[in-house]
Amino acid sequence: MTKLFVSLLVVACSFNYFSQGSFSGNIESTFQYLNADSVIGANQPPEKALLNSYMNVFYTNGNFRAGMRAESYLPRIQGYPDRFDGTGIGMRYVGYGNDFVDVTLGSIYEQFGTGLALRSYEDRALGYDNVLDGIRLIVRPYKGVTLKSVYGYQRLTFREGRVERSDGIVRAIDAEVHLNETFPKMKEFPLDVVLGGSFVSKYQRDDNPDLILPENVGAYGGRTKLHYKNLYFDVEYIQKEQDPSSDNLYNYNWGHACVFNLTYVQKGLGILLSGKSVDNMSFRSDRTKDLQDVFINYLPSLNKTHTYNLVSTLYPYATQPLGEVAYQVDVLYTFKKGTKLGGKTGLTIGANISTTYEPIRHTTGFAGNLNRVNYKTLPFDKSDSLYWRDINFNITKKINKQFNFIVSYFNININNDVAKISNDAVGIIASHIGVLEMAYKINTKNSIRAEFQGLFLRKKEGGGINDKGDWATVLLEYTISPNYFFSFMNQYNFGNPSTEKRVHYPIITCGYIREATRFTVSYGRQRAGLFCVGGVCRFVPANNGLTLSFTQSF
Amino acid sequence: MKKISLVLAFGLLVFTSFSQTTEEHTASVKKIPSVKLKDMNGKSVNTSDLFKGPVVFSFWATWCSPCKKELNTIHELYEDWQEETGVTLVAVSIDDEKTKSAVSVYVNGKAWEFEVWMDTNGDFKRAMGVNNVPHTFLADKDGNIVYSHNNYAPGDEEKLLEEIKKLTGK
Repeated sequence: MTKLFVSLLVVACSFNYFSQGSFSGNIESTFQYLNADSVIGANQPPEKALLNSYMNVFYTNGNFRAGMRAESYLPRIQGYPDRFDGTGIGMRYVGYGNDFVDVTLGSIYEQFGTGLALRSYEDRALGYDNVLDGIRLIVRPYKGVTLKSVYGYQRLTFREGRVERSDGIVRAIDAEVHLNETFPKMKEFPLDVVLGGSFVSKYQRDDNPDLILPENVGAYGGRTKLHYKNLYFDVEYIQKEQDPSSDNLYNYNWGHACVFNLTYVQKGLGILLSGKSVDNMSFRSDRTKDLQDVFINYLPSLNKTHTYNLVSTLYPYATQPLGEVAYQVDVLYTFKKGTKLGGKTGLTIGANISTTYEPIRHTTGFAGNLNRVNYKTLPFDKSDSLYWRDINFNITKKINKQFNFIVSYFNININNDVAKISNDAVGIIASHIGVLEMAYKINTKNSIRAEFQGLFLRKKEGGGINDKGDWATVLLEYTISPNYFFSFMNQYNFGNPSTEKRVHYPIITCGYIREATRFTVSYGRQRAGLFCVGGVCRFVPANNGLTLSFTQSF
Repeated sequence: MKKISLVLAFGLLVFTSFSQTTEEHTASVKKIPSVKLKDMNGKSVNTSDLFKGPVVFSFWATWCSPCKKELNTIHELYEDWQEETGVTLVAVSIDDEKTKSAVSVYVNGKAWEFEVWMDTNGDFKRAMGVNNVPHTFLADKDGNIVYSHNNYAPGDEEKLLEEIKKLTGK
């Protein structure tokens, strides 16, 4: 490691001999001061104050590039992974690239295809980072052809200011050909075709005294992307070799993952149909790990990412990597100005439906099997056991230059026995949510916005309130362009089965923004819940206190 | 700790030496970094390739309401802006694999005329130093970033237009 920094130093000194180059980067720092609040179950940490920060610095000069990130947890803020502490370097790399080759040494973020085989990425808001530490080589030998290879260890955690790596190593190659670019004859062809394939392998020593574990495990498959006039279609299929792990209770089944998207678009209309089938596809560089640790692949959940408070944070759904079959339909249509429904300003309607079911596992003939292959599944072979269903509609209407509104309805069902979201709920949590959002522009600089949200739960089978009952949220926001905003939000759990838990969660937030600098201050209560980005979630405990945050890009 | 001090020393060295060099040369400005992405229709793009006039890069996502408000507002003004200043708007979607497929549904459903790029694994976002969305950058015709704003409130588009006009001298 020390050698690497010395070499960075040498490279840095040589910067002076280049005439110019470009630095860029960003900083984010979040401070919390927390109070104890027994009503909502918020604890005060012994330090009372918490501070998370990170800073990225990137340098490019012609074909050369370098970058690093310093991270600091003094200590980590609430809800962040509990093994993050200290200050140190969380990421660093050097690289060189031209139109033919591109090589990076150090920390590597990469995604093959749709990520079903390999994706290393970060989400700092979640504390998620499975960056690969090693080498990546990209070669573009011919027009439309891209070959990639990656070799490295994944980041597991960040302790005492140092990155700790996963136990197993990851090796991967990927090839993609855009036929219409590669073959001149196809250049004017109306059908656009992209073909791709990946092979990803991990190695981890077998240290299990009871089982003979495969030490090298591969996952591989292909993908295609087609485009014809207004129609787009893409599909990827990846299968995984026997990969006994603590996730799958050390079974010796093969796994698969498949995702397809079919889209039709024209001006003013978009329609999407997606499908996904997953079985035994938890693919980690350490077979003993769980939660969100060291995933080599990425299995997105197939549903809309909602933005309203009650819709997005109470009952979100994350993929079940052990198996699920899911479908989604998404439609958006705009009635043009001057039409009957469009009126003077146009009108947009959106609809989205997503469902997820348990796959069927055929176990006949597998009983008493000594090779630990326990069942058989087929792609898209679903049972009637529901994991998730979301049916939602919205209407966006601008009345005039000052006033516009959005009305939305959501019907969300989540199976709490499978996708555990609450300790107070049983079976399917069925909720109806209505949201009215209104915005009014007072003048060129001043605007107000309000959201009214209500969430109503269906009674448990045989009566009784499920989970924490009904909720209401009110949000008011006042903005002064381009520098200030003030907002007040209150969530009220008015339907809680126990009357003393029918509490309010008020929070005030103010912000000052100047170009790429942003300060925010908030004070109040925040409810415990899952905080999700892109289908990856982390649990954030209830808290009460002051949060200061500062971000800067440069 | 030894390592940290080493890195700090390295940082200090770079910055002091760099600030010396910038005095001799023209002031160091942030350029649009070169990242290879695909646009919404699957065509390859290099982020540092230049456009004819000024460019607005607006980082957004289908799950970001203020981003969509900003882009829908500019959508209504876009024709006028283009005529007046020759500006191009590139809407850089940071939707990842989970919501990526909803991008073209939204863009077409709203009949946007912008260039739309897909930054599925956050490579361009990282290189541009974007903390959170919406984040809007304005670059001149040579790819130098001259203005950026990390928020959207109604009325911000007027400030952006003002900055674009400064560039075109109109």
